[in-house]
Amino acid sequence: MKTDKPRSNIIVNVVLILLVIIWTVPTFGILVTSFRIRDNVSKTGWWQSLSDESGYTMENYNQVLGGRTFTYTDSSGREARAKGDDMMGAFLNSLTVTIPAVVIPILIAAFAAYGFAWLDFPGRKTLFVIIVALLVVPLQIALIPVLRDYQVLKLNGTYLGIWLAHTGFGLPLAIYLLFNYISTIPRSIMESAFIDGASHFTTFVRLILPLSVPALASFAIFQFLWVWNDMLVALVFMSGGGAKMQVVTVRMLNMIGSRGQDWHLLTAGAFISMVLPLIVFLSLQRYFVSGLMAGSVKE
Amino acid sequence: MGDLYFPDKPGGALQRTVTAFGRIFISFFIPAVTFVGLWLGFLFLRDSGASQIIITLVAIVWGVGGVAALYIITNIILQRLPIKWRKRFVPFLFVGPAVMILGYYLLLPTLRSFLMSFMGKFSEEFVGFANYKYIFSDRTMRLAFVNNIVWMVLGTSLSLIFGMLFALLSERSKIEKLAKSLIFLPMAISFVGAGVIWKFIYAYRPSGEAQIGLLNAIVAALGGDPVNWIVLRPWNTIFLIVILVWLQSGYAMVILSSAIKGVPVTLLEAARIDGAGEFRIIFQIIIPYIKGAIITVGTTILILTLKIFDIVFAMTNGLFGTEVLASQQYKQMFKFLHYGRGSAIAIVILIAVIPVMWYNLKQFGNREVF
Repeated sequence: MKTDKPRSNIIVNVVLILLVIIWTVPTFGILVTSFRIRDNVSKTGWWQSLSDESGYTMENYNQVLGGRTFTYTDSSGREARAKGDDMMGAFLNSLTVTIPAVVIPILIAAFAAYGFAWLDFPGRKTLFVIIVALLVVPLQIALIPVLRDYQVLKLNGTYLGIWLAHTGFGLPLAIYLLFNYISTIPRSIMESAFIDGASHFTTFVRLILPLSVPALASFAIFQFLWVWNDMLVALVFMSGGGAKMQVVTVRMLNMIGSRGQDWHLLTAGAFISMVLPLIVFLSLQRYFVSGLMAGSVKE
Repeated sequence: MGDLYFPDKPGGALQRTVTAFGRIFISFFIPAVTFVGLWLGFLFLRDSGASQIIITLVAIVWGVGGVAALYIITNIILQRLPIKWRKRFVPFLFVGPAVMILGYYLLLPTLRSFLMSFMGKFSEEFVGFANYKYIFSDRTMRLAFVNNIVWMVLGTSLSLIFGMLFALLSERSKIEKLAKSLIFLPMAISFVGAGVIWKFIYAYRPSGEAQIGLLNAIVAALGGDPVNWIVLRPWNTIFLIVILVWLQSGYAMVILSSAIKGVPVTLLEAARIDGAGEFRIIFQIIIPYIKGAIITVGTTILILTLKIFDIVFAMTNGLFGTEVLASQQYKQMFKFLHYGRGSAIAIVILIAVIPVMWYNLKQFGNREVF
């Protein structure tokens, strides 16, 4: 209701603008730093970068993205060599982990939500209550038991292992959200499909899935941000895969350890790790917000 | 059409047994075959030494397509069965895989962690309450408890306060949309990414050198001595909490803001006509009206802070007195290889989460969704 907006005044706007600046400056700072030349970064603050004589560079990104060894001239003028961080490899790993870890739980949860909403079978209510109750279980509880099994099964450090783990941890919320959506689809729509002789499977694939796209999309964004940004699950279940299997968050963690003061590289790395979630977030914000609302706001 | 939803009454004992067996088999079939099929695929892929991008593409198609194919194949098999059996088995095609996966990844681990928390280092012997005694008496653990409580209290309340402030201010501003998206943006950033961002803000150089960290540059410009914020006990925990507040205020803002928009205009106008000031309207009408949303946001962030791990691990690795429960659990697991203690900490986290989550769900269940 835009017309009923309370009157705005100067103080409100000034305070808000000030807070927005405070909120934005940290991210802006690393963005600027990631394009500055190595020596400048260690000599002056990023806010003074406009007075850099040598301008900006893409070199930091080249170094961080590639896995090859590169040479540079250090502050005392000597040639030095360092290995690249292969952020590109980590980025692809993150994609390999994230896409199936988003799609698989959605598929499984949508089937389950349909089953709980529209099919009758013994134990239906009990099972559903148990699933909702599992929302309270923090994933920390699963780390040790599942890791021990993974070590025996040699699943530690495999994509399959982490997909299934993320699927398990994401399912309670996915089923709950999708159930709430799918169970509100009018029964008459489904009955007309059954009269036409469609099976439950056909009805689900042809009718319910397309109708559920808004709910699927908002859960997908949740799960995408969660899996892409996750560090704990990746640290634990990818621990057996070595550096080759590291995802971006774990690679960033290692860079913080090994490149503590190389801010020109750390900032570039951080920005690479943020790029995809930011794009997804900005382009699909509408779905994301409606998903948040689903869990939060009394209409 | 009635029996479409209500399968016919069970027959004899034999029939019941076959039904039960068939149902379990179907529930198990999809996860088991997925598991084996995908695993074999990966052994193949791993040994093939293909380039990363090929592995990525194949893995995605394999993983996603594999699961979809299994549902389709199972359905084809079920369609061949006589209608009576089909009706009994179809529901388990739908819910079986989810139930199995949840059983293995959440339900069973809860029981196993509970048992392991009473066993020794490698779960070989029963030790009674020794692990719990340890986690409630060890000095580092006590610090972790205290820090975690500080995280929960300050992290939650500050996120709520800033979220509320943003919601109220932007409501009354012409730049509402822009302000909201900029404040909401950090939600997309990982805790580790945020860790790098804020480590740079807190960066410290000894006095006299150029300060490249924003905070110390401000301190130096004001004539103060630069501070090594990250190692400054006990305040460093608060500097870490700032990162969480920066990340979560946007979430709080979005939820609270839309709740505020739901406050009836007539209510607000009546109050204004009666001469109530903005502050009275906020505290006596808006806040009581959106109590439900405040509880939801509060409990959600409370749970997040209870399980907080990434920020601490990335910023300090738990050093300088910043340890929390989850980082201690991780260390017990990987550094000290003590499964008993690690499990005991996990159980403590679970017990702490239950009442909060229950409250959250109660709030959640009271309303229509979507």
